[in-house]
Amino acid sequence: MPLQMSSSTEGKTARLNLAGELDATSAPSVRNALEHVLAGQPESLVLSVENLTFMASAGLRILIFAKQKQPGLKIYLLKPQETVVETLKKTGFYQSVYIVDREEEMKA
Amino acid sequence: MKSQKANAIESRIDYYPTHEHHGYRFRRGRPLPFGASIVPNGVNFSVFSSVATSCTLVLFRKHEREPMVEIEFPREFRVGDVYSMLVFDLDYEDLEYGYRFGGPWEPSVGHRFDASKVVGDPYARVIGGRDVWFAKPDWDDIYQHRSRLAFDDFDWEDDRPLETPINDLVIYELHVRGFTAHPSSKTSAGGTFAGIIEKIPYLKKLGVNCVELMPIFEFDEWENSRQHPQTGQWLLNYWGYSTLGFFAPKAGYAATGRLGMQVDEVKNLVKELHKAGIEVILDVVLNHTAEGDHRGPTISFRGIDNRNYYMLTPDGYYYNFSGCGNTLNCNHPVVRNLALDCLRYWAADYHIDGFRFDLASILGRDQNGAPLANPPLLESLALDPVLHKCKLIAEAWDAGGLYQVGSFPAYDRWAEWNGKYRDAVRKFIKGDVGLVGEIATRIQGSPDLYYYRGPTASINFITCHDGFTLHDLFSYNDKHNEANGENGNDGANDNNSWNCGAEGETSDEFVNGLRLQLMKNAFCILLLSRGVPMLLMGDEIARTQKGNNNSYCQDNDLGWMDWTLEQRNSELFRFVQAMIRFRHNNPVLRAGAFYRGQDSVGSGIPDISFHGTQLWGPDFSAGSRCLAFLICGKHTEGQDGDIYVAMNMHWDGLPFQLPKPRHGERWSVVVNTSMRAPNDVFEASQAPALSNQTEIIVGPRSMMVLIANGN
Repeated sequence: MPLQMSSSTEGKTARLNLAGELDATSAPSVRNALEHVLAGQPESLVLSVENLTFMASAGLRILIFAKQKQPGLKIYLLKPQETVVETLKKTGFYQSVYIVDREEEMKA
Repeated sequence: MKSQKANAIESRIDYYPTHEHHGYRFRRGRPLPFGASIVPNGVNFSVFSSVATSCTLVLFRKHEREPMVEIEFPREFRVGDVYSMLVFDLDYEDLEYGYRFGGPWEPSVGHRFDASKVVGDPYARVIGGRDVWFAKPDWDDIYQHRSRLAFDDFDWEDDRPLETPINDLVIYELHVRGFTAHPSSKTSAGGTFAGIIEKIPYLKKLGVNCVELMPIFEFDEWENSRQHPQTGQWLLNYWGYSTLGFFAPKAGYAATGRLGMQVDEVKNLVKELHKAGIEVILDVVLNHTAEGDHRGPTISFRGIDNRNYYMLTPDGYYYNFSGCGNTLNCNHPVVRNLALDCLRYWAADYHIDGFRFDLASILGRDQNGAPLANPPLLESLALDPVLHKCKLIAEAWDAGGLYQVGSFPAYDRWAEWNGKYRDAVRKFIKGDVGLVGEIATRIQGSPDLYYYRGPTASINFITCHDGFTLHDLFSYNDKHNEANGENGNDGANDNNSWNCGAEGETSDEFVNGLRLQLMKNAFCILLLSRGVPMLLMGDEIARTQKGNNNSYCQDNDLGWMDWTLEQRNSELFRFVQAMIRFRHNNPVLRAGAFYRGQDSVGSGIPDISFHGTQLWGPDFSAGSRCLAFLICGKHTEGQDGDIYVAMNMHWDGLPFQLPKPRHGERWSVVVNTSMRAPNDVFEASQAPALSNQTEIIVGPRSMMVLIANGN
């Protein structure tokens, strides 16, 4: 399934909803969207990825990119699928993000 | 393929394109560093060839058969013999690249250029094409092993190489895939770097503080692959001693290789091992490549600068000091730099703690194959500023007959796999005569070989990936390599093994008991010897390869670690664990200097003294099979007490006179390998004191270790 994406900003929290497959082809558009929401200097970024079925290297590197653009940014992955979590763990990327199942778990 | 967003990182003004070809903008690049480097807005490609007449950069989208563009390097882009070009606006994530070199095809003088082939970058940091282990390749693809880019964005936090003193190491040699590929490993990603992470608790429990990974440079498991003519079993290039690229980790060993994320997975493994206090040594194959001899494929080096990269005979064939078809021309200045750049990269970018060099004697040969007295490459590695804290370990021989154990050019830095230690200890344990004198030398760290270098030059091992496992060493008189499909012609014949009375698996309890006892003797000697001990994966739980002493092609139960053995052979595991702890707890055993055989602190006894059944009367005669030694604790700071060790490899039990313990102290038994668990080994604090403090009976083919304490 091609990637579907929407974004919003609420106070100091930016939000990207991603569904489908995030691969090398779709990654640049996510990066653009990310740059757009980061321009508002949010304190935290929520990636809602419950329906994201695949995340390639390019997708994971976007997380690092976000950190590089804005040090101190808290990145939350909301309800990632098991395959995505496994990849994050095996590559050490999970240390860069908070993985949460419910929005309430996010720190203020 | 232009990335949609090129200005993610602000570009500098001096990186502007000057040329354009089919919509791709580029300019002259920087000749150094070699390889493909990501720079603002583009990628700098740089490659060397001294003889080529032309060079073309070939760019692919990932996994696509046909190139998306080919850009010939304009003449003005070449500086000296280096072609460099900076191409703008490439999508780093979706890029594969290679080169075509024009030049003469004149094998008799060493030139093998073929512009119809796309060749890989010698400095490629990621190589695509074998992304998933044993996934059938696209054999029609014109470019099988594709150079890719790597990223530097891994978050190391505060990780760094551990710099554990080498004399404190207990090394565990393992095969990345074989360690967890067996279903019994119960890891979420069997056979991968990630799988090892899940077994870190096991390594901690065992007590080792260093893992030595068999080759992890990208190789092709399909190389020389075949099916066994009788069994149909696939035989692969499982061990991987056949390098495709010196800078790229093996994708098929990574659970995330299919995503192209093997670089991150290896780094994450190193970081996690470091967190657990475990160092990482890589077994590196710098002596030859996967291109084989004149019949082999053109993958990279052969098609770029054959005459520089390989040692060639006067008529243009390949010298074969590696036994694998070709020999890398290690002491050519260009190749020397390649080797240095490679190791610096692994040390700096992957935080690797040390390297073990496969067939390292080749690294000391000149361009015609003659051994050098002062090999520039070995000297450069020894004194390199980036590598200066890395362990450097040589396999100090090669397949061309150069055997340098004890004489490897060391520059005060190099350690060696001590093959003489292995042979002597094997023979001694199986009961050969004439070895007592040599054993006395080996347990001291082999001063006969390393007098000027110290015991840390000696990597002591009894088994390694080459040859029998420890279990098989005492279960087979002869190798049984039928499963390799080479009619038993492969693998060593001089194994110094003994089957204890039955060839292979047996239900005979006496035989099985003796085998267990001899394995304990082996670990006991290994972990009491000065020098640096190395264990082979699975030996601590009596892993068997069914008598196969060359499992290089066995990607199956023969080559994998069977984790059910942890339960079944828990007695041996417990013993090894206790011996490793004993070594860690007794600094005198792992001191970095040789014993001097004299009392230099006024303790009343020498730092080490040798004995036999009679005190002060070691029997070094030709027919002797026993030896005892007393180690004085007062000669080493932090050491608690004296240690007495009696080794009886005779088939009968023998009485050994004991030295008188110091005033107020008594001898307690830490180890008695003739006993079964739990009486085979004790924690020092719980070691039972001997009722008779003047003599012990050491059982047949067994060892006792005593400590003097105030208990």
